[in-house]
Formats: sequence, structure tokens, C-alpha cells
Amino acid sequence: MSTPQHQEVDAHTGTATTGHEWDGIRELNTPLPKWWLYILYATIVWSFGYFIVYPSWPLLASHTPGVLGWTSRGAVTADLQSLQVQRAPMLSALDAASFTDIAKDEKLRGFAIAQGRAAFGDNCAPCHGSGGGGSPSFPNLNDDDWLWGATVEDIRQTIAYGVRSGHEQTRVGAPMPAFGQTGMLKPAEISQVSDHVRAMAGLPTEKGYDAALGEKLFSEQCSSCHGDTGKGNIELGAPNLTDKIWLFGSDKASIADGVNRGRGSIMPAWTGRLDDTTIKALAIYVHGLGGGK
Amino acid sequence: MSVKQEQSREAALSAKGVESPLYAERQKVYPQSVQGTFRRLRWAILCATLGVYYLLPFVRWDRGPHAPSQAVLIDMEHRRFYFFFIEIWPQEFYYLTGLLIIASMTLFLMNAVAGRVWCGYLCPQTIWTDLFLLIERLTQGDRRERMQLESGPWTLRRARSFLLKHFLWLMVAWWTGGAWVLYFSDAPKLVADLATFNAPAIAYIWIGILTLTTYFFAGYMREQVCTYMCPWPRIQAALTDEHALNVTYRYDRGEPRASVKKAEASRLAGEPAGDCIDCRQCFNVCPTGVDIRDGLQIDCIQCGLCIDACDNVMAKIGRPSGLIAYDTDERVKARACGQTPPTYQILRPRTILYAAIIAIVGAIMIYALATRSLIGISAIHDRNPVFVTLSDGSIRNAYTIRLLNKELHPRKFSVEVTGLEGALLEIVGAEQGAEGHLVDIGTDQTREVRVLVTAPRNSRHAREDIEFIATDTISGQSARAKDHFIGPEKR
Repeated sequence: MSTPQHQEVDAHTGTATTGHEWDGIRELNTPLPKWWLYILYATIVWSFGYFIVYPSWPLLASHTPGVLGWTSRGAVTADLQSLQVQRAPMLSALDAASFTDIAKDEKLRGFAIAQGRAAFGDNCAPCHGSGGGGSPSFPNLNDDDWLWGATVEDIRQTIAYGVRSGHEQTRVGAPMPAFGQTGMLKPAEISQVSDHVRAMAGLPTEKGYDAALGEKLFSEQCSSCHGDTGKGNIELGAPNLTDKIWLFGSDKASIADGVNRGRGSIMPAWTGRLDDTTIKALAIYVHGLGGGK
Repeated sequence: MSVKQEQSREAALSAKGVESPLYAERQKVYPQSVQGTFRRLRWAILCATLGVYYLLPFVRWDRGPHAPSQAVLIDMEHRRFYFFFIEIWPQEFYYLTGLLIIASMTLFLMNAVAGRVWCGYLCPQTIWTDLFLLIERLTQGDRRERMQLESGPWTLRRARSFLLKHFLWLMVAWWTGGAWVLYFSDAPKLVADLATFNAPAIAYIWIGILTLTTYFFAGYMREQVCTYMCPWPRIQAALTDEHALNVTYRYDRGEPRASVKKAEASRLAGEPAGDCIDCRQCFNVCPTGVDIRDGLQIDCIQCGLCIDACDNVMAKIGRPSGLIAYDTDERVKARACGQTPPTYQILRPRTILYAAIIAIVGAIMIYALATRSLIGISAIHDRNPVFVTLSDGSIRNAYTIRLLNKELHPRKFSVEVTGLEGALLEIVGAEQGAEGHLVDIGTDQTREVRVLVTAPRNSRHAREDIEFIATDTISGQSARAKDHFIGPEKR
């Protein structure tokens, strides 16, 4: 708090100047109250409190820890723990309730969907897409075509134990054999049966398609799983070949490729990786995407 | 500039130099009590404003069984603001914009009409300082006694009055903080909870904060808040003009100053003599410690107490009152030049403009409040996947729709979609009655539902405009939300 050395009185206002001058413009001195300055000093002193209380100075290998022992990681952990405590009652209610009860309880259902959406983003989105839209060979979970059943319990079971996952309770069904590679069907027959599949779905066929031959080959080789009319079989995970939904594509080359090399997609079992409540929430979320029955 | 020139200039500066520190000690103000018109007006405003502040939370307003019955309530927990018949949701916070425009224009208008009306009569800083000064006067005496007390030794009497004053200040400050928190919760219940120490910690913390700020700002900081901390004196200094009424020392009448006897002698001798007898009563009563005779200044809050003080003195010495009065610059200047002062004009382009803006914004707000919809709908289209092909080849789009029920009772909305031929609507997890798709929504709540719209593939284009309509099944009120129906490119 010094008194300026050179002060001059401004002729126009009669106010003393601070002695600061820039290109002929002089700064008038309007004194601040002293307490204002003391507050500045107080804030400087206050800042030393931070050095003592919080981590502040870098050291060679680490930093000064601060007497509170505060860390940003610790703060996040505490936040997460308090969140878990907050969610605990709803989680245990979700755990205890049956699917029928949850469907009736709007609050519980909303909670399950929120939990399920988060878990879906973390675990399922890499294959099925963030909104469950799917991609070739990874089913779209929004549509009404389900290989393994569309009830919420069916969905829960598929999520929990997977498809051909190696888990003892997994869904296995009947993986599609590689008819071409194993020599069960010759290339010309594969062409015929592929055209026949397209014909069953109401899609145009190529020249040279012999309906009688196609039907014969289909009933010999395919109908045991896909059914005589190609409607599929949920017990075996055999898709309906007559609808408009094609997991691997509806063009003849894709169908022929499936017949030639076989199909047998795998979905991992999530039990053990995710807890039962999360799997339950996931099932409710996926069921509610639009395809659930 | 050469070194030599610089040195000579510095020498010249220091020769003329004065001692003026960059930081000044506060000159403590000891305002003297005063009687008069403006003092009475200020007491009345003080009682009215403090009465509103302390008692308003207890005013009840019946909104039925599903909503709080407090007339003015900021319900942070449920994100609602209640003001008598008005209820505001967070997304309607834009009403505050209108309120702020009206508030600032009212400040401007007051300033253009009669100077710092806000600072002098209405500002909380002024009102609580006035209240604290009253306590100070009641416990420690008037200006002269307080000055003597503070410059003298610590006697038992001084200690006792000191303790009593601070106790009363803290009580007022405590009540001020206590009333504040009542605006955020049901007042009678919170008072009971506070008394039995069952209130939430945040209530005690806020009471503590406001107790301390009131105590320090009204007890210690006082006029320094106005001079150093508040931006409004600066703004109003730029807004005022020579046509606006301000608390003014009429120097045309007051100068030259002289004692009563000297002035009489001068008048008899036919020499000029002002009415100001330099008794400094105007300065003594001033709560900010300014001398109004120096003219308009930033420290002056224009409370009018110097008018009362001066009028009392003028009555005693038998001179006409109004040496200090509400007057305009142009009138004082005209009289000083011996001209007839122009009459004060309240209707000037500036005041008309401010009043017009207040009227227009006010009308818009009243219209908006009167036509406020009590039903609302908003829709978000699913981003992934944008559409789904179903087994039969039809196309389905999914939407997240939020329905708003701003009525104070539960309602049932039907939801339908228009603008798409052959469209079927389905709400996941909602009942489907004979009247269509019905959604129950609780009192004063929103509800989010997942809506699926399905349409045959051949009847549609890649992107069609659709509209969702929510209708209250009983009142028939409805709300609409625009969106799109998206499908594969038409081949």
C-alpha cells in the first residue's frame, strides 16, 4: 500500500492522478477502500490453505497429497458408491419382481429400461448396434422376427446363456450344415435350392430354376429344420425363410453362400459376466424395443 | 523523449505533486435522526416491504389436494415455481426474461422520472441499513452520543449498549435468513422442523449465510455496498439527464452561504445573501455521508432525508422551505441565470418509451400466461435404427414421446398420428382402449412413452411429414408435435 511518488492534480476534475500515464492519458486516483485490499490479501492467504489441504505441488515421482487425502479418483468412487446406495432399493425391487409385475409398475419398468439401456450400450451395442438395429449376421432386435423366441423370458434366457456359447444351458438348436463344403449338395443343386428359397419368399428367381427340383431338394435337405413351407422353427433357431427379414441378405449369392458354408452364429452367455438383475433389466429393455411379444 | 527531458518532467511533476493514497480509510458515517415527510414515507415503505418479505411465505393459496398450498413457493425438489395463480415449469423459465425486461425498464423509468427512487426507498441494502440504524439509535443514542461513545473509553454502559445492539442486529439478520428459506419449502412445516432441529442441513446453511451477509452488509458495510460494490450508481449516472427530478441543492437560492445574522445584514445592505446558513444538518442526517451541496454524486442514494433536515431548519429561521428539494438540473440552471424555470415534464420521449416497453412486454406476458397450454407433447425419432423392416415387409419407425400434464389432477391422454396413409400406432406398455391409445399421466407430471408407427412399404416415400396429436379424453384439449416417418429409398 504505497503512496505514488509523483502525483499531479488533474485540472479538469480536481482529482489527483496516480502518476500513471499512457500517451498523455493520465489515470485519475479514486482511492479504493482499504478493506478491499485486505480482502485481496486474505484470498492470497486462503490459497495457501489449498496447498495444505489438497494435492498441489508436483514431486519427482508423485505430488504432495494434502492433509485431507482427497483424490479425484476417490471422489468418483464415492459418487459411484452413493449412487449404488440410492439405487439399491429399486434394484432389489427389480430383483424380486416378476416380469408380469414389472410390466404393471410404470416406475419399476422405467427403472429397468434405464438400467437395461445403459447395460446394452456397454455390452451389446458392439454387435447389435447402439439402438439394437443389428447388422448382417447380427440380428436386429427391433423387428418382429425372433430366432429364439420373443417373450421377455425367452429373451432373458438368450441373453443369460447365449447361443452356441459353450455354456451348459446355452441355446444350441441346429446349426445350419455346410451342405456344399461337405458334399451333401452339388453346386448346381445349391443354385436350385437357393432359387427355391427366394421363390418361397416371393422373390424373383433366375433362369434355369426348376421348381419341382428345387422343392424336392428343399424337402430332402432343408425342411427338417425350416419346415415344409420354410416357416422356420424357434426350437431349433431355424429362421423363417418366407418373411422379409434376412439376417445374411436376401440375394441369391448370400443364400447360396449360406447353403454352401453353413451358418451357426454365436452369442456369448452373459451370466457370470453380468449379474442377474442386469440381465433381467436388459431383457425388459430389448423386449420393449418394439419386437417383444 | 530524451532522458534529460524525462528527468525535468518528473521534477516538474513532483514539484506540483500532492499526497493522495491509492487506498483510503473508511470515514465512518453517523447519521442523525430526522423528522419530516420523506422520513415518514421511508418508514412506511420499510414497514410495507419488510412486512411482505417476512410474511409472504405464510400466505396460503388453495390449489387442490395435489399441489402445495403456499402462495409463493420455489419448489426446487419438484422443479416448480408457484406464484398465486401462476405455476411455472422449468422449460417456461423464459417468463423470467420478460420479468427482467420489465424490472430493468422500471428502474430506467424511475430514474428518468425521479432519480434514484430504487436506491433511496426500495433497495434491500437501503431498507435493512435503515432498520439497523434504527436499532443503533435505540441502543446507543443519536449521532452525537454515538460519536462520543465510540471515541470515549470502554465503560460498562458502552459495553452493554454495544452487546445489546449486536444482539438485536443478529436477531434481525437471523430472521431475514430464516424468512428466505421459507420461500423454498412449505413455510409452517419448515418453521416447525427448524425449531425441532429436523429441517434439512441446507436450510440451516442458508439461514447462516443470509444471517451473516445481512449482519455485515447492513451493520458494517452500509453505504460502501452502494459506493464500491453496486453497479447501479454507475449505470444510473449514465442514464440521468437535465430533465429528471433529483434530490437537488438549489445553489441559485442557497449561495453565498452565511450565518443567519450575516445574511440578514447583507440583505439589509442590499448585498447578495443565500438561504444556506451552513448548519451542515443535510450532511449530518445523510446515511451515506455526502454533502448534497456538492451536487449530484455517485455516493448519494437520494433518500430525501436532507430535504427533511433542511426544511426543518428553514422553518426555524423563517425562510421558505425547499432549499434542498426534488428539482431538475435545467430548472436550477435557468433560475441561476435569472430566467423563468421551465415546468417539469413527466411526459418526455424517454419516459414514454420506457413506459411503452413496460406495457408491451407486460401485455405479451399476460397473453402468454393466459393462453398457457396445460397439455404438451414432444417427440424424438429413434436415431438407430431409423426404421425397421418387419416380417411382412412393412416399415416401422420408433419414437420417444413425452406427454405433459400441467393440470393439477391426473389425466388420460389419447395419442394418434396423422399424415401417413395406413399408419398403425402402438404404444409400448400402454392400454389400448376403444377410443384409441390411452396414456395415464399423473398430476402436474410428464410421462415418456415409446411409440411405434407402422406403415405398409409400398404406400410410402423415403421420408414423410407426420404429426402426433395428444388429446385430453375429458376436456378435449390437445397438443401437436411434428416429426418424420422414414423408410428405405423408393426404388
